[in-house]
Amino acid sequence: MKKYASIIYISLIFAVLYIPIATVILFSFNSENNTAEFMGFSLRWYIELFRSEDAWIALRNTIILAVSSSLLATVIGTAAAEGIYRMRSKLVKTAITSVTNIPMMNPDIVTGMSMMLFFAAIMGIFAIRDYNSIGFLAMLISHTTFCLPYVILSVLPRINELGNSLSEAALDLGCTPIQAFFKVKLPNILPGVISGMVMAFTLSLDDFVISYFVGPTNFQTLPLLIYSMTKKTVKPDMYALSTIIIISVFILLFISNMRSFKKNPEPRKIKKKVGGAR
Amino acid sequence: MKNKKSLLHSISAAPHIFWAVLFIVVPLIIVIFYAFTVQNPDGSYTFSFSNIASLPDYISIFGLSLELSVIATAVCLVVGYPLAYIMARSKPKTQKILVMLLMLPMWTNLLIRTYSLMAILDNNGILNQLLGTSFQIVGTKGAVIFGMVYDFLPYMVLPIYTCLSKIDKYMWEAAADLGCDTPKTLVKVILPLSRSGIISGVTMVLVPSIRTFSISQKLGGGTFELIGDTIERQFVTGALNVGAAISLVMMVLILISLTIMNKFGDSEDGGIIV
Repeated sequence: MKKYASIIYISLIFAVLYIPIATVILFSFNSENNTAEFMGFSLRWYIELFRSEDAWIALRNTIILAVSSSLLATVIGTAAAEGIYRMRSKLVKTAITSVTNIPMMNPDIVTGMSMMLFFAAIMGIFAIRDYNSIGFLAMLISHTTFCLPYVILSVLPRINELGNSLSEAALDLGCTPIQAFFKVKLPNILPGVISGMVMAFTLSLDDFVISYFVGPTNFQTLPLLIYSMTKKTVKPDMYALSTIIIISVFILLFISNMRSFKKNPEPRKIKKKVGGAR
Repeated sequence: MKNKKSLLHSISAAPHIFWAVLFIVVPLIIVIFYAFTVQNPDGSYTFSFSNIASLPDYISIFGLSLELSVIATAVCLVVGYPLAYIMARSKPKTQKILVMLLMLPMWTNLLIRTYSLMAILDNNGILNQLLGTSFQIVGTKGAVIFGMVYDFLPYMVLPIYTCLSKIDKYMWEAAADLGCDTPKTLVKVILPLSRSGIISGVTMVLVPSIRTFSISQKLGGGTFELIGDTIERQFVTGALNVGAAISLVMMVLILISLTIMNKFGDSEDGGIIV
């Protein structure tokens, strides 16, 4: 009896969570320009979307930005984690990690605002007239900045866990410090580095608020495109775009979970995004 | 040797320190600068408290944001705790599937999720079409709260679940041996042990609900404004100084509440890292 009650409870919650998503998918196949009544099956919104140049450019921009900012954040963040681990002064350590965590805890609307004001000031200092000329750079810097704490947070525990003896052994055996890092330490902390990079990638992919404040007119990303679509009258073409995004996320998550299903039978520890959704 | 090594290591953190100072600290200083200045017609800035002084005009908006987010967080806790509990007590394989199912909506863009909810709840939306009625849901406080709960529920469930799944199952037997029945075990043993999960869950729902602006724009139907909307409006209309002042206050409030929350949670791994 108790078991049935919990099954019903779980099903109810998941139904509420998934009905809106299912609705989007269903209505993306609507044959008429209507988001409340299903008239018949058609692919016309998908065809329209594939013909739309905006969507392709936004997709390309989103991927370029996510790849470059997550790579940059991973390189800087991993080096920083190693540096923070070696620091002897506890005060400096705390100061650095606190500053690093600011973008993670700060409301993203404030981070966005502060970034926007910062780039406005930069434009003033260097007498840059056209914001579009530094637009991509501004986006790259902003995205890297809010991804950095997540990379450090996923690499630092690995470095702490590994300890120092392995790299000291490598140094004793004649490695230079750089060799010791790349040949001994990096392979050992790689899972943390990769999970930090994946997290940075998805955060950048998903970010709307910060891009909304910083984004130039000539560099539109998918979340910005979706937002501009929701500002106008509703058309199922936005549903089609959403469906494609939802399905790709589902497939990605499914594949990555399948891998962990095989690897370890223990439930995976959930990585928390501190400060909540982006 | 020692010296050379430590030099190398301080260099490895240097790019990050440079980055953090330039792109985290300096922008925040600029926000503070904007909050305490007004722009003269000739483009120069003068120090002034007028932005801060105008903040009481926004107190009702602050209050409304706080009210809605606190209610949404409470609903998330009440709905989410049993879910996390059921998840933690099910078979390992089921647990994995449930966690994945819970994470899928989390990875779907917030705008898409909010938007799809609006399509259902709208006055001419699917729900009203199906029922043949014309209830007004969008534009009410309830709709905004529902939107917040819908969007942020996984953030409440996952930390509590992580915490609960770590509790040794012999805890139950021990409590039973010592004379507790099931409800008593739940209240006296399991609930206190999951405290850190509850605290991070509450933080992770409360903070994004306070700052949200897309949810209230879509589900509020433009009838009322939350603090996120206000900041966005200042940004769109170019009233950057007032916007910066509101941002500053919001930031300080959130940082203070995070610090307080942190004091209550275990800083080990369930809590928030400040």
